[in-house]
Amino acid sequence: MALFKKIKFGHASDKNVDIPSGLWSKCENCKEIIYSKQLEENLKVCPKCRHHQRVSAKERVKQLIDEGTFEAESSKLMPLDFLNFPEYNEKIKKAQAATGLDDGICTGTGKIHGRPTALGVTDSFFMMGSMGSVVGEKLARIIELAIKKRLPVIIVSSSGGGARMHEGILSLMQMAKTSAALKKLSDAGLPYIAVLTDPTGGGVTASFGMLGDITIAEPNALICFAGPRVIEQTIKQKLPKGFQRSEFLKEHGFIDMVVERKDLKENLAKILKFFGN
Amino acid sequence: MSDFKLDFEKSIIELEKKIEELKKFTESREIDFSEEIKKLEIKSESMKREIYSKLSPWQRIQVAKNLLRPRTLDYIQKVFEDFIPLHGDRLFKDDTAVIGGLAFFEGAPVVVLGHQKGKDTKDHIFRNFGMANPEGYRKALRLIQMAERFNRPVISFVDTPGAYPGIGAEERGVAEAIAKNLKELSGVKTPIIVIVHGEGGSGGALGIAIGDRILMLENAVYSVISPEGCSAIIWKNASRAADASVVLKMTAQDLLELGVIDEIIKEPAGGAHRNHAEIIQTMKNVIRKSLKELVGLDKNELVARRYEKFRAMGKFLEIEG
Ligand SMILES: [Zn+2]
Repeated sequence: MALFKKIKFGHASDKNVDIPSGLWSKCENCKEIIYSKQLEENLKVCPKCRHHQRVSAKERVKQLIDEGTFEAESSKLMPLDFLNFPEYNEKIKKAQAATGLDDGICTGTGKIHGRPTALGVTDSFFMMGSMGSVVGEKLARIIELAIKKRLPVIIVSSSGGGARMHEGILSLMQMAKTSAALKKLSDAGLPYIAVLTDPTGGGVTASFGMLGDITIAEPNALICFAGPRVIEQTIKQKLPKGFQRSEFLKEHGFIDMVVERKDLKENLAKILKFFGN
Repeated sequence: MSDFKLDFEKSIIELEKKIEELKKFTESREIDFSEEIKKLEIKSESMKREIYSKLSPWQRIQVAKNLLRPRTLDYIQKVFEDFIPLHGDRLFKDDTAVIGGLAFFEGAPVVVLGHQKGKDTKDHIFRNFGMANPEGYRKALRLIQMAERFNRPVISFVDTPGAYPGIGAEERGVAEAIAKNLKELSGVKTPIIVIVHGEGGSGGALGIAIGDRILMLENAVYSVISPEGCSAIIWKNASRAADASVVLKMTAQDLLELGVIDEIIKEPAGGAHRNHAEIIQTMKNVIRKSLKELVGLDKNELVARRYEKFRAMGKFLEIEG
């Protein structure tokens, strides 16, 4: 295969340019062709336009937690297709193969610049990071573990899918479960820091997404309850530019700060320092 | 009004008409048809039971949404005494899709609240079709926290297609409003009884549906997503909503089996819309029983049980390692 034949460097913004996978990738925002290794080093942020690409839960843990300190929460939970929902089993298997996860979440404890914390990260590459029974249960367990060990909790959400409809009403109840666990954490005098990344929607936003003592978002992340398409269909008009993006939520008072990925770890460390553990 | 009609009720309605005619005939002609009427009434009763016991989930949705069914305000006005409506979230405005206030249940002070849908076109618009904005959830929380301070039980009535998907709702943080309710309601130290009596539409329903007893009317539905929305995602077309309603397991029976609700409230033969007086009486009995079970429980015990209740919801496979 001629790897580079189709790339026309002079016209990197051309939509029709074919990108050989692996070595190079194209920024979905500015269409710039980027050397994959450089993109990796840049924490998957486009060096040209600062577009924050989605990162997997495992990558996120690596980006945030001090090397060698992460300890995954030990329970092994597998999703079940208890409703016989069309294509759910296939989707689970595909997502498991693609992400190497049992379900769309990583939880555990570790250190951020030497400060211990509990961490949960949802993975948008696993059925859009949607929350079913496993995601809800894993989050409840890590929050309860944090209460037991007197640790702060950080949850990074990357969950455009919201509550996972393939598990019907029980996915909705995960919103109640995770929010109740955070109430316990709060009552125990421990802080919760919510980190919202692109995209965070529906039942995830309307539960642990919006319950941070401190709420951080990455730049230009879509953070919403109802998705933009649903709203457009309901009100029959186009939505303004920037609607439901991080900066919009900050302007409306729902987010404390918009932080670039390269500064995220540093910011979290400072906040953990304030809470003093 | 054609949208009142439920196609599977055709034979019930015909029989009911016939009974009406015979009754009128008896009155006007002074001929006694009471034997005949009695027979037909027994037949009608068993026909209603028969038809309603076999409704598909899709048909139940039509029953749950039908305009003759009692709404939250009907329950509040007829199950309770001396309702004093309260308004506003103290932050932005009064949401007319969520009503609430002070009332008395058989003499005892309680806080009541719920989604309110309209009865006709004008009322639908006034109530925003029962779709709350953030203010509705914030008003509900305000009332519930007041109930907690004065040690009054809360009865919350759920009947909404979902929270309103609008620009203002997003700007004013509908997700935050719902999330906060989920969090705070889990720890409120006063009994909360939740009654899903019509449509339980996703997060918009859940925002006022955290409690110690979750009860559901026989023909009510409660789901994470509308069948139309679900159909559009699975089959790229909203036209298979009826199929989606089966898949989603959204009937009271389904929710009981999934461990989400505590009890199914039996409706009159042929649905709550057919006999308001009877469903009001049933509602009184159910609320009396639930209150008896909850009032007087140690507050910490109450909250601990509520936590465990939602904590236990979910199905997964745990592999011991
Ligand atoms: Zn770019």
